[in-house]
Amino acid sequence: MVYLTRKAEFSASHYYHNPAFTLEENARLFGKCNNPNGHGHNYTLEVTVKGAVDPKSGFVVDLKQLKDVMNREVLDALDHRFLNKEVPEFLTQIPTTENIAIAIWKRLEPKLRSAQLHRVRVYETPDLFVDFYGEA
Amino acid sequence: MKAHLTRRYMFSASHRLHSDEMSPAENWATYGKCNNPYGHGHNYSIEITVSGQVDPQTGMVCNLIDLDGFVQEQLLQRFDHQNLNLLQEFAGAVPTTENLCISIYQIVKRGFHKAHLEKVRIEETTLNSFEYAGEEGH
Repeated sequence: MVYLTRKAEFSASHYYHNPAFTLEENARLFGKCNNPNGHGHNYTLEVTVKGAVDPKSGFVVDLKQLKDVMNREVLDALDHRFLNKEVPEFLTQIPTTENIAIAIWKRLEPKLRSAQLHRVRVYETPDLFVDFYGEA
Repeated sequence: MKAHLTRRYMFSASHRLHSDEMSPAENWATYGKCNNPYGHGHNYSIEITVSGQVDPQTGMVCNLIDLDGFVQEQLLQRFDHQNLNLLQEFAGAVPTTENLCISIYQIVKRGFHKAHLEKVRIEETTLNSFEYAGEEGH
């Protein structure tokens, strides 16, 4: 089993707000992330796949196919977007780093051929990242 | 859905690696220039990884306001710009980064209960890093 990680970057804006809570509760829970006008980050995405090395190609995965899937399924949808308003998952969910990692997993997992998705890591800043392994 | 969240913090501190159980020659042989009696310092990078179910109400494993507050009060205010050898944690232990990693793990495990602590990772320099995930299941 060999693990391969491909990195990508996207920039997007978001804010944290749950309409089920009062304005005061939202402000207390989410602090400055609650500003309704949004704020932005340069996100770094790391996608790790795993599999046996194909004896013919020497590859775990066709990197071009992986890049194409990441571009089409994730970057085209998230890069330079206001996540709360433009990305379907976040019309009903708060676009926290946790939920972004889970959403990216769900977008990639059914589209990958040959290799198996192992981990999605999303850095919101260099000091904060979330790992999702597809666990229930 | 279960996710892992990692937050990085920085602090700067000095230390000296020296064991009273060894002779000066043994200390020098074991610790080399880290045995300099005047001590020396590092910028430590601490990564704390917690895990748990993502709360559907908040979208979070744990609120960073809580984690940052705990780390600020219990770790950074005590460790930043200090001499590690003088802290109570190292009264009977050499402040290697291994021992620092275990101490920080124990402080977080004991005091922070809003998410499950997975591991503590420390970079002493960009070339050395250490991880401790407790003894359960290891």
